[in-house]
Amino acid sequence: MSQLSRDEVAHLADLARIDLDAAELDHLAPQLNVILEAVASISGVAGDDVPPMSHPMPLTNVFREDVVVPGLTAEQALSGAPEAEEQRFRVPRILGDEQ
Amino acid sequence: MSNWITKTAAELVDALAAGETTSVELTQAHLDRIAAVDGDATAGVHAFLHVDAEGALAQAAESDARRAAGETRHLLDGIPIAVKDVLATQGLPTTCGSKILEGWIPPYDATVVRKVKAAGLPILGKTNMDEFAMGSSTEHSAYGPTRNPWDQTRIPGGSGGGSAAAVAAFEAPLALGTDTGGSIRQPGAVTGTVGVKPTYGGVSRYGLVALANSLDQVGPVTRTVLDSALLHELIGGHDPLDSTSVNQPVGAFVEAARQGAAGDLAGLKVGVIKELAGDGWQPGVMTRFAETVELLTKLGAEVTEIACPSFVHAMAAYYLILPAECSSNLAKFDAMRYGLRVVPEGDPSAETVMRATRDAGFGDEVKRRIMIGTYALSSGYYEAYYGQAQKVRTLISRDFAAAFEQVDVLVSPTSPTTAFPLGEKLDDPLAMYLQDLATIPANLAGVPGISVPAGLADEDGLPVGFQVLAPALADDRLYRVGAAVEAALSATWGGILLNQAPALEGGSK
Repeated sequence: MSQLSRDEVAHLADLARIDLDAAELDHLAPQLNVILEAVASISGVAGDDVPPMSHPMPLTNVFREDVVVPGLTAEQALSGAPEAEEQRFRVPRILGDEQ
Repeated sequence: MSNWITKTAAELVDALAAGETTSVELTQAHLDRIAAVDGDATAGVHAFLHVDAEGALAQAAESDARRAAGETRHLLDGIPIAVKDVLATQGLPTTCGSKILEGWIPPYDATVVRKVKAAGLPILGKTNMDEFAMGSSTEHSAYGPTRNPWDQTRIPGGSGGGSAAAVAAFEAPLALGTDTGGSIRQPGAVTGTVGVKPTYGGVSRYGLVALANSLDQVGPVTRTVLDSALLHELIGGHDPLDSTSVNQPVGAFVEAARQGAAGDLAGLKVGVIKELAGDGWQPGVMTRFAETVELLTKLGAEVTEIACPSFVHAMAAYYLILPAECSSNLAKFDAMRYGLRVVPEGDPSAETVMRATRDAGFGDEVKRRIMIGTYALSSGYYEAYYGQAQKVRTLISRDFAAAFEQVDVLVSPTSPTTAFPLGEKLDDPLAMYLQDLATIPANLAGVPGISVPAGLADEDGLPVGFQVLAPALADDRLYRVGAAVEAALSATWGGILLNQAPALEGGSK
């Protein structure tokens, strides 16, 4: 497997929506490479005849009766919000400069 | 110091029933012990992130009033318990050991917490853990590490080091933990406590802040096998709020534990997993393991060696599947609806707030795993990494299925080493990951496992754990075999292993 460059790690952080400073990039990049090298041993272990298993048990949809039951109140739902206004979550602007 | 803290939960149940004590007295004794030995991030055991003395005593008083009126809700009514801080507790802080959730108070209870409250168990507080349950040493907690009560310069295991240390330090008779790759069993092994990972789906995960949905399982942490059985029977069972919850009756675990304690394992077929021993395993761990296997033979079990060839790939598969699931799960920490919000200067957008918050709120290990997961799931690498890992999971599951056609239970040491010194593996993620070598296969396949104390390693005098694994939904076998091992070893030690733990500063046992 190819080694991750520092730029690629920065790109991953970007995809994961985490701002990393230069020191963090220097620290994390080599560690990620060591981990990826260790887990790369897995490639080629199982062939096409082995079905993938995403879960320890077969998953099926679970339905419940479509009845109205009490949920959280607006106050409860907003109780942990960093900012709230008029019974709503108040968030920073969503659209970036380019939109 | 009250002697109530050294009793097992089962002994406390009897004492309450006989009117020898009250729930308030028991709860206060444990709160006093916490005040004496728990300390904080800089000194002491530091098993707790939050102690709810007032709430616990109020619950205890209610329990006493019920008992006085001639009614109890459950055998464990009135017995105090500690809860890992990854389980939602209404009105009590839940941080998952992370700065990103500092001060968050959930508006609802996890199903297991609701069950524990409904049964009348006073909740002493929330226990320390590796941030979002990522780690094997509790050093990745954003609030400072927990220390092993056997030697406070050493790790208590992880991620449930707080729950295990609370039980080992006599701060709580019972605790709840969660096990994603060994986070109940490995801390159990290195602190001399009993830890059980139930069958996947056997205990509800509703209200558990998910690390990896397909691997996480809530389970008991206690001082004895019987205590685990009592707690497991209480928290187990189908939950309509968890779509992965198994719709099967809860097994007769207490009965199995009592049967096992009688010491007869005649006819039981035990398989020693060939791949989980040998080079790289601490000699003192292997010595205690070999003796315990020998003990099973003396109790009438037939012991054979079983090959599980795919287990050598379990760690690699786990460290791809887990980061993939956690990178997705932790996307919800976006600074919008709850938790920390860091607002950069200027006119920040939601996205820049999210980036700054996640950088400030997540610790190193969480960032590492999120990025590994993001990479493993990215276009061009998905098949080679995540796809392969899922196939290896099938192979491991097949190994278990083949093994359980030949034997009733499988055994191994729980952890390759005893508790290592704090800080030793903090900057070496791979070395840390190796701690879970023996526990991970069970999580990948969803089978249940227990760790019971097997004695102290000769070279360092620290606890060693013995792991028993059973087929899915055959958790009762863990209790039968675990209780038999515990009874036989306790007879040679003159009591449970924890009685040999050193006295802690601030109060004798």
